[in-house]
Amino acid sequence: MSTVLSLSDIQQVYGTGDAAVHALRGINLTVEQGDYLAIMGPSGSGKSTLMNLLGCLDIASDGIYELAGHNVAELSERELARVRNEEIGFIFQSFNLVSRMTAQANVELPLVYGGVRKKERAERARAALAMVGLSDRGGHQPQQLSGGQQQRVAIARALVTNPTLLLADEPTGNLDSTSTEEILGLFDQLRDEGRTIVIITHEDEVAARAKRVIHVRDGLIAA
Amino acid sequence: MSLFEILRSALAGVTANKLRSVLTLLGVLIGVAAVILLLAVGNGSAQTVKDAISSLGTNTLTVRGTFTNDQATALREAGLGHVDTVVPQVSTSLTVASPDTSEDSVSIIGTTADYFETGTNTIGSGDAFTDADITTSSKVVVIGQTLATTLFPTGSALGESISIDGNAYTVVGILSSQSSTTGSDANSVVIAPITRVQRSFTGFDAVSTLTIEATSSEDVSAAEAEVGIVLNQLQGTTDDTATYTITNQSSLLETQAESAESFTVLLGVVAAISLLVGGIGVTNVMLVTVTERTREIGIRKALGATRGAILGQFLAEAATLTLVGGILGVAVALIGAQYEIYGTQPVVLDYSIPLALGVSVAIGVFFGVYPAARAANMRPIQALRSI
Repeated sequence: MSTVLSLSDIQQVYGTGDAAVHALRGINLTVEQGDYLAIMGPSGSGKSTLMNLLGCLDIASDGIYELAGHNVAELSERELARVRNEEIGFIFQSFNLVSRMTAQANVELPLVYGGVRKKERAERARAALAMVGLSDRGGHQPQQLSGGQQQRVAIARALVTNPTLLLADEPTGNLDSTSTEEILGLFDQLRDEGRTIVIITHEDEVAARAKRVIHVRDGLIAA
Repeated sequence: MSLFEILRSALAGVTANKLRSVLTLLGVLIGVAAVILLLAVGNGSAQTVKDAISSLGTNTLTVRGTFTNDQATALREAGLGHVDTVVPQVSTSLTVASPDTSEDSVSIIGTTADYFETGTNTIGSGDAFTDADITTSSKVVVIGQTLATTLFPTGSALGESISIDGNAYTVVGILSSQSSTTGSDANSVVIAPITRVQRSFTGFDAVSTLTIEATSSEDVSAAEAEVGIVLNQLQGTTDDTATYTITNQSSLLETQAESAESFTVLLGVVAAISLLVGGIGVTNVMLVTVTERTREIGIRKALGATRGAILGQFLAEAATLTLVGGILGVAVALIGAQYEIYGTQPVVLDYSIPLALGVSVAIGVFFGVYPAARAANMRPIQALRSI
């Protein structure tokens, strides 16, 4: 089994001098292909900072983060954009769909930035929407969809590039219990397909579905 | 991202907030329309002056002074290389009457038949008097159109008799309508054989004006020099002691045309300022748009949009706004140019359309760069965090 990502002694410091905040104090973590990892921790523990680092949305102050063979700290802005596009599929708590675009267009968006041709893009987006059970909702705008449906569109968008890593930040945080069950079921299905999933949550029922759970506290992984 | 997709997404962005886009567009529209239209108005007034020059006959010179008939003839027969004809004239101002009515202070011009060959002094109806009429000092006249209708309001003046200072003359011809840019009304004149006018009114053997027609408009200066030399010889003067003056009326009007052109530039500058203000409006709206769509920018960056893609998207939006505004502005200007503005018929300058359009798009891009760069340089986590 190959390694998808590895963190070694990752530190993140915001600000300088007396005002410096040590959000992460030395994280070591390895995620193998096919893993389903839940990262838990109270607010302020540094789990969001960790999520941003994993998603290449931010660069660590210190330590080495390797994702799919790239040393993230050494990547240029353009290469980082490419890694986010090809290697990572993001799923956010607030769905983060572009409001004035249809579900289909939202799912196509990563492929647009990936330089995929229009025809292939449409096909792949349709296939991704079918995978999350929303074949008939492609023409809808996000505000015409329920929360659960919006999150499923977001998952389709994360899957469409066939990324190395699915990164979900409190994916059920804004959903009712029925929708939560729906989404978690979808994650189970993805896990069974052998996808690598890292999910950040503070809900035990979400973490319970994962193969592995780690707890972050005060910028460190608790035993 | 292909160019087409950038444009399509830009169009989607522009139409997302229609009222705001329309208002911004209006600023650019007014700017572009103002540039084209004001330049057209300036150009139109310059064109009017230029038309006046060509109606004057660009190849004529006017020499004023005191000459004798022999001197005029000598000048004509001097065989000057750049002089086509020399038309002697005398003039006075007298009361002209028909049986019904009379007109005071009408300008009476005594001249030769050549007069009708120079400038635009063409016969509208009837005939000019002939060389034979000159020889016999016939009492025949050609009159201007305005005078003809004033004296004979009910019928044609042709063949009728008019009295000039008590003497009866027969109207043989009426001039075609003249443009009256030279001050006095060129349509209210009486033109009679020079010999007749000299004998009856101005005194024998005195010629006051010589109209010189050069062989072509390029030869006017050369003709002016030649005429000066011959007249100095005939009158025994030098350039310094000469008692005559040579005026080149087209050069006078050219000065007027130049001032009309600088007026055009001034109008253009004022219009350009309004275009600039429109451009600042574009920046303002793009800044608002960027702030409003910070979250969207964050999402796009998280999905793998490069800095260039974001920059391109917002620049394309700004350029689309100004391009559409510019095209509508051109349309408005072209429609506006159909109508007379303050008595001037605007004449659209060919170059002003691509210029105004190009400048408006350039302004869109220029004023869009700052907001777009702000969007492109946003860090994805900050952008995503904003609501």
